Amino acid sequence: MTRSRPPWPLIPLAAIGGLLLVLPFAALLIRVPWSDLGSILRQPIVTDALRLSVVSATAATLVSLVLGVPLAWILARTVLPGASIARAVVLLPMVLPPVVGGAALLFAFGRRGVIGEPLYESSGFLLPYSLWGVVVANTFVAMPFLIATVESSLRSADLRYEEAATTLGAGRWTVFRRITLPHAAPAIVTGSVLCFARALGEFGATVTFAGNLQGRTQTMPLAVFLALESNREAALALSVLLVVVSLAVIIPLRDRWLGT
Amino acid sequence: MLDADLTLSRGTLELELTLQVAAGEVVALLGPNGSGKTTTLRAIAGLQPIAAGRVELDGTVLDEPSTHTFVQPSERRIGYVFQDHLLFPRMSVLDNVAFGLRSRGERRATARATATATLERLGLTDLAGARPHELSGGQSQRVALARALATAPRLMLLDEPLASLDATAKAAVRTELRHDLVAVGGPRLLVTHDAVDAAVLADRLVIVEAGRVVQSGTVEEVSTRPASRFVADLLGVDLLSGVGDGRHAVRLASGAVLTLADPVPDGEVSLAVRPRAVALYATRPEGSPRNTWEATVGLVEVDVDRARVQLVGPVPVTAEVTPAAVRELGITTGATVWASVKAVDLVAYER
Repeated sequence: MTRSRPPWPLIPLAAIGGLLLVLPFAALLIRVPWSDLGSILRQPIVTDALRLSVVSATAATLVSLVLGVPLAWILARTVLPGASIARAVVLLPMVLPPVVGGAALLFAFGRRGVIGEPLYESSGFLLPYSLWGVVVANTFVAMPFLIATVESSLRSADLRYEEAATTLGAGRWTVFRRITLPHAAPAIVTGSVLCFARALGEFGATVTFAGNLQGRTQTMPLAVFLALESNREAALALSVLLVVVSLAVIIPLRDRWLGT
Repeated sequence: MLDADLTLSRGTLELELTLQVAAGEVVALLGPNGSGKTTTLRAIAGLQPIAAGRVELDGTVLDEPSTHTFVQPSERRIGYVFQDHLLFPRMSVLDNVAFGLRSRGERRATARATATATLERLGLTDLAGARPHELSGGQSQRVALARALATAPRLMLLDEPLASLDATAKAAVRTELRHDLVAVGGPRLLVTHDAVDAAVLADRLVIVEAGRVVQSGTVEEVSTRPASRFVADLLGVDLLSGVGDGRHAVRLASGAVLTLADPVPDGEVSLAVRPRAVALYATRPEGSPRNTWEATVGLVEVDVDRARVQLVGPVPVTAEVTPAAVRELGITTGATVWASVKAVDLVAYER
């Protein structure tokens, strides 16, 4: 493609758009107390949030892999009645306001929830306001990213390779393991990274469903929000950390996911 | 042996054909694109269930809707060489060939040893470490054959084995495949739309048109006695109609008389003329005065290795000559040439 000169009205609009996206990061970086960053990052509010975020986002990604890849396969390959509706419902959390997701989780798994109440009465187990609650909220919001990515890869796969494997004596599980999965591997990696990034940044569903308890359910985004009131330096340090992680996710993925 | 009686519909195709392939036999399913050849292979392999009928291999019923019998493709032990070969792109040639054995539960080392032996049998040992994308069309096709062969199938299916090759590679690969098919053994069924491929590779032809068998027989039988104009066109054999005199002559509608070496039936006959048997000359040939006529050149199709010259005149046939002959004789549409065909090259049979 040859690069061409833009029509002049695009230039100022594009410049404003770019500034709107870039200026906040610049402001953030200007205000970060770089010299004290090391000691700020060792504050308990920061280390607790960092640990919880890494643990819960990792757990949510693993749960999404184990449950999401099979679901993607079912959505992509089987002819179910109402499959397109099922697909829409599965992907709903991608566009749903996360706080609504958190509320929905409360109504399902809360102490008075549809599943939560009998579960609590029989075993005393309570999902909300626990690390498990954070993992469930993260998974609920992030798994659709993995499903969408993997499903589209499974849908575009050339099924004739699977047929060829079948004629060679491969059963369904062997075909899935040795032909389908290797083909989908790049999409699974992309989907997992997107899923992890989304889980790491989760705020609305987590704060609604799991609360904001330091050391128990307070992940990095929650800590940032709380610290803005009381401990600005910690908020800045955590923000920088999240920006770095997000950049690390988006830079390698931009070609594959954004389709340039 | 394979005994198949297939009924199924797919899109606009209504397939309804019976087919037998004996052990040790190479059968070619010959027909134009869309006539149901690939669908037939898929039905036999179990990739496409039949609606009615029966697929039986070596006495075992594989598919019979009336008794709700359906053996999964993975359990059929039928080798399938796909038109595009479909080698697994992320595996080496050796792992491709070992795949079937691994799938059947062989240990990796055993599977690799058998795969190595199979590659050796087809003279492909050097390619063991290569990746599919590094292979030429002919190599890829032979690796696909090795992959199917490694599982010791009870029947081998080949879908258009030569179609994806370019013209220059085709002749050589065709000859190799002919030898390979001997090495494969057992019943072999291949699909092609090219009569020459079928003639070279198969013992017997089954001609299909729109999902039905229109003729079956040895290559000689079918090419000398095509059952219809469709079969004649497909095989590239010209059919003329005329009246036999009960001795050795056939009078065509144009009034021209052709002489045959073999006795000719009395009455209406079909006359099969192989385009390769028709010779062309710039001037009236000396010697043999029989079966020589002056013709006007119609369409001329020049290919890499042959040219087909349509002749207009008393004997409307096509001559197949070399591209060099076309140049030397100055053959162009509208030109006048002399044509002849030997009496032994003409076959007449009752219509």
